[in-house]
Amino acid sequence: MRQVLVLAEGTTGTRRATCALLTVARRLGAPAVVLGGPADPAGTALLGRFGAKTIYPMPAPGPGGQSAAARVEMLVELARRTSPAAILIASGRDGLEIAGRVGVRLDSGVLSDVVDVLDGPVAVQSVRGGSYLVRSRVVRGVPVLAVRTEHITVVPDPATPAVRQVRVAFPAGVYAVRTVRPRTGRTSASPELSTAAVVVTGGRGVGSRAAFDLVNRLAEALGGAAGGSHTATELGWCPRKALVDQVGTIVHPSLYLALGVSGSQRHCAGMRGAATIVAIDSDPAAPIFRLSDLGVVGDVHQVVPELLAEIERRRAQPVISTRTVTEA
Amino acid sequence: MRVVVLVKQVPSEDVGLSFAPDLTVDRGGLPGVLSAGDRIAVDQGLRLAVRVRDVQITAVTMGPLSAREALRTALLLGADNAVHILDEALHGSDALATSLVLAAAAARLEFDLVLCGSASADSGMSAVPAMVAERLAVPGLHFADELLVRERKVEIHRDDGHGDLRVLVADLPAVVSITERCGEPRYPRYVSRVDAREKLISTWSLGTLSIDPAQVGRRGAACVVDAVTPHRPARPRALVEGDPTSTAVRLADFLAEREFL
Ligand SMILES: Cc1cc2nc3c(=O)[nH]c(=O)nc-3n(C[C@H](O)[C@H](O)[C@H](O)COP(=O)(O)OP(=O)(O)OC[C@H]3O[C@@H](n4cnc5c(N)ncnc54)[C@H](O)[C@@H]3O)c2cc1C
Ligand SMILES: Nc1ncnc2c1ncn2[C@@H]1O[C@H](COP(=O)(O)O)[C@@H](O)[C@H]1O
Repeated sequence: MRQVLVLAEGTTGTRRATCALLTVARRLGAPAVVLGGPADPAGTALLGRFGAKTIYPMPAPGPGGQSAAARVEMLVELARRTSPAAILIASGRDGLEIAGRVGVRLDSGVLSDVVDVLDGPVAVQSVRGGSYLVRSRVVRGVPVLAVRTEHITVVPDPATPAVRQVRVAFPAGVYAVRTVRPRTGRTSASPELSTAAVVVTGGRGVGSRAAFDLVNRLAEALGGAAGGSHTATELGWCPRKALVDQVGTIVHPSLYLALGVSGSQRHCAGMRGAATIVAIDSDPAAPIFRLSDLGVVGDVHQVVPELLAEIERRRAQPVISTRTVTEA
Repeated sequence: MRVVVLVKQVPSEDVGLSFAPDLTVDRGGLPGVLSAGDRIAVDQGLRLAVRVRDVQITAVTMGPLSAREALRTALLLGADNAVHILDEALHGSDALATSLVLAAAAARLEFDLVLCGSASADSGMSAVPAMVAERLAVPGLHFADELLVRERKVEIHRDDGHGDLRVLVADLPAVVSITERCGEPRYPRYVSRVDAREKLISTWSLGTLSIDPAQVGRRGAACVVDAVTPHRPARPRALVEGDPTSTAVRLADFLAEREFL
């Protein structure tokens, strides 16, 4: 059976995204995981549980797994040696960069926004946030698939992986992009609203200045910035400079959580560029739900404390959930 | 400093995406706009002038005749001149081919910095910038949420898409793709609006770039589309109701699936 190269997320691969990639990789061949760091027993056991047959750790000393360039070299080297059936990469910011670079190096087609993989490989791509599904194939080189792993239901299928060391001659170019320490204060507890990766805002539904603490606590729990709708800032529940809308700050976070925000036009103009939008509101007809990837019809005062507790529980005891993702 | 900004014309949001019989995006006759991220890339180019001397900005697009509008917008915003890569053979190009053409254009122009958006507002693969950097064999800094350019060095701030923040540094020349978090573009200055009409737009063909037409377009594509099916409106994707505990668990699952927890 041909190998399928799976690029691990993070350095050890013990993330849900990697397990999702393994789940689809098994349909195409024998999954081989490329790590961004050394292999450790816990990681190897987890990858085995999801069907990894081979594990290739990042050779040390080397540039390390934070470096996209190092992972590109690993994938290119392994692809040349093993001519795999496909290369699967989770579609994050690093993943898309790596996929594009590997595509150029191997002169191989790259398919992005892949939400399902069928034998072939044939990829199902989600276009325009799911308004179209496209079926496509790579007809030159090793298919490089950037997979939106949140669309994959993770299913275990135990195997016993062999850990194989590979020798990779990293060219000097892999050190061209350096990671430096952020200047102090930059990545502090409360990032700036306009550049925050995660933004949590509260609106009229939060109800009071005291209850607005829920917004701040959830923002803190997710490492994000807290903001408010026009109503929330008008009523003084949060500072005026925390206003998110067309005339306040326009935000483009990776994750936007709206708590008790109905979603007026001017508010939506300030946040529709968020990559993922989650809303909690008691009114099922609230316009904010029309923008949401996930909407929760419920009372902010009840749902948010439960969510904070659940986040704390999961942080204390990480699990990889294999439950089915159901969508409306 | 020579700056090349890659800009793409995309169907305007009101019209949305539609597909031609050959399963490519229908670009004929529809109103188009400069992709939002690319508008910000042009603006970031202009802002370099604060720290860097003699900033010279060339906007480059590869697209059909109608894409000239994107270049006019870029000139209006303040780019100094523009290059339109226009060639019938380019229709149906995939990301590999697009990056081949754009990299060749940047190389021909000579550059210290290539700026571009991170994801075009239409197909939005987010693969072109990394491909361009790889082809030019210069450092690539992608998804910059904040950009700082000095005479010889570039620094970006970015999160990995799940909220983990990093600062990356590289020497110039380099390719940088920026996100909309870099900030809203400023309104063009009056002088640049008046000047825009006088600025030069050069038109290049594949011949200008010595690229063999067989390498690009539908003929040269490494990916083929077999079928396009309308799915469902993009949003809302899911609406959940129920008791607070189970909805909170569902919410946490959702955040974990997307690696925010
Ligand atoms: C629905 C759909 C799905 C597609 N899927 C794939 C696929 O899976 N694999 C594949 O290889 N191709 C695919 N394509 C084709 C691909 O989108 C085109 O090749 C396109 O030229 C690549 O651009 P992008 O807009 O996706 O680029 P992105 O990588 O999203 O663009 C990022 C930035 O690069 C610059 N840029 C991109 N294109 C141009 C241009 N023409 N001129 C100037 N600057 C530019 C801009 O600064 C832009 O902001 C798809 C096209 C469609 C319509
Ligand atoms: N006549 C053309 N000249 C130059 N570029 C084009 C032409 N037609 C399409 N393109 C570009 O090629 C890529 C893929 O185009 P299409 O397949 O038409 O969507 C896009 O970046 C288009 O802008």
